Amino acid sequence: MNAEHGRALPPEFLAPRGSSFTEFLRMRAPELLPGSGAGRGSDGQVDAPHGTTIVTLTFRGGVLVAGDRRATMGTFIANRDIEKVFAADDYSAVGIAGTAGTAIEIVKLFQVELEHYEKIEGTLLSLEGKANRLGAMIRGNLPNAMRGLSVLPVFAGYDLDQRVGRIFSYDVTGGCYEEQRHHSVGSGSLFARGALKKLWQEDLTEDRALHVAVEALYDAADDDSATGGPDLSRSIWPTCAVVSVDGVRFVDDEQLEALATEVVQSRRGNPGGAR
Amino acid sequence: MTMPMYVSPEQLMKDRADFARKGIARGRSVIVASYATGIAFVAENPSRTLHKVSELYDRIGFAGAGKYNEFENLRVAGIRYADMRGYSYDRSDVTARGLANAYTQTLGAIFTQESKPYEVEIAVAQVGGGQDDDQIYRLTYDGSVTEERGFVVMGGASEPIATALRERWTPALPLADVLRLAVELLGGNGEEHRELAAGDLEVAVLDRRRQRRTFRRVGGPLLDALLDGRGATQDVPTRDDSRPGLHDTLTEHDPDGATTADGPGDPAASSNPQTQRED
Repeated sequence: MNAEHGRALPPEFLAPRGSSFTEFLRMRAPELLPGSGAGRGSDGQVDAPHGTTIVTLTFRGGVLVAGDRRATMGTFIANRDIEKVFAADDYSAVGIAGTAGTAIEIVKLFQVELEHYEKIEGTLLSLEGKANRLGAMIRGNLPNAMRGLSVLPVFAGYDLDQRVGRIFSYDVTGGCYEEQRHHSVGSGSLFARGALKKLWQEDLTEDRALHVAVEALYDAADDDSATGGPDLSRSIWPTCAVVSVDGVRFVDDEQLEALATEVVQSRRGNPGGAR
Repeated sequence: MTMPMYVSPEQLMKDRADFARKGIARGRSVIVASYATGIAFVAENPSRTLHKVSELYDRIGFAGAGKYNEFENLRVAGIRYADMRGYSYDRSDVTARGLANAYTQTLGAIFTQESKPYEVEIAVAQVGGGQDDDQIYRLTYDGSVTEERGFVVMGGASEPIATALRERWTPALPLADVLRLAVELLGGNGEEHRELAAGDLEVAVLDRRRQRRTFRRVGGPLLDALLDGRGATQDVPTRDDSRPGLHDTLTEHDPDGATTADGPGDPAASSNPQTQRED
């Protein structure tokens, strides 16, 4: 793999500068790219853990991304406390649905890609620039997607020029679409979207937005067997990343516990949350 | 048949070394010095965009003296090496020693094989948990590498500066003292002494109290306060500037004295995408 110990750096390292880490990897060590083994072997389907529901919504002063904690393999729960929401850099977060292993690999590469650009160029990529880079990585995963290992992220970031939170969604071919107000991806997204439509309002406060996200995830878990609800007995709560002008912050467990407990309480005798 | 003129290997190496040394001697000096809470980089560099000092990885910094395009090439190669190693293994597996090894082999190969050697000297520094764990490597045009304790001086008139530092530098100095000492020495001595202002300097630190990315440039009012001998500011704050954007430069100083309240690893000050909530 890379620069074997005790040898001079190969010429690619000193090649005229490009600031993309992915392009450098493609040149130097393509086997390290996500899903690089896809060309070989049979065309059969692979059983691998799948991540499920991610919700994202804008609020006054930023955008919030939240995900449940379950990964499933068919009807089998593969993992109860997987994390599917990641900070991509100081001002953006990404939530992933689809094949967990491939998705985590893509997020890891995306994080290095953004930091690499920052270090070489000495400046931040624009929010659209980041969203497009992620799109290119999803496009690169297309051969994998055709074998059932698809990854669908949702990307949310704070736009330092326009001073708003913005949301981008993707399709398996790498198409990148800007979403307004709120969005959800994954197996429970149908139900989460319904909840978001009814609960989202213009100019939400951060606390209120967090409440809406947890409630939308609760609704997704209610009707989708692959989405995990708040697990009171094991103390497993959704992952929530808040992106604002102050950067990315993960909501701490105490606050989420209080919120999830409150949502579960309020649904007693009112399972649909009618109001 | 014409025979190429015979040049003895000794002569060939000497000519190349002289050539490289001359090139380096034309440049301004750079000082890398360890201080109580980190490692400081001080370079005389009036440009605000063409840097001599840079971040390589979380706890590793880079400084170059000599020809800009050549050490810039090495800087980018180092970032590529570090990011690739961190990506394929783990962030903790990227070390200054590994980088210094890669650089020494690369510079050595260029020195003997290319038509012209690189006219550069570079330093690779890694900040440790304590001052004893700091590592500073100095690499020269021919690929020779030395690990230095405490400080490194490179570039133009480095010898008199190194001599003065040997007398006056002590490990426990706070950042402000190290900076003032470095700036005084960079200005030269005797009749040729020049007073260097904040605008002529490029200053950066690797702050051992920070988590993950420890490299920060220092500028603006903060640098003025640090260089002002009478000020109370002795160290950089561990909190980033409040302005939004790239957090690679510290310019604001704590009016109450920067060193006071901030303990090691203030979680609010760290920007840590990869380890998520374990912060």
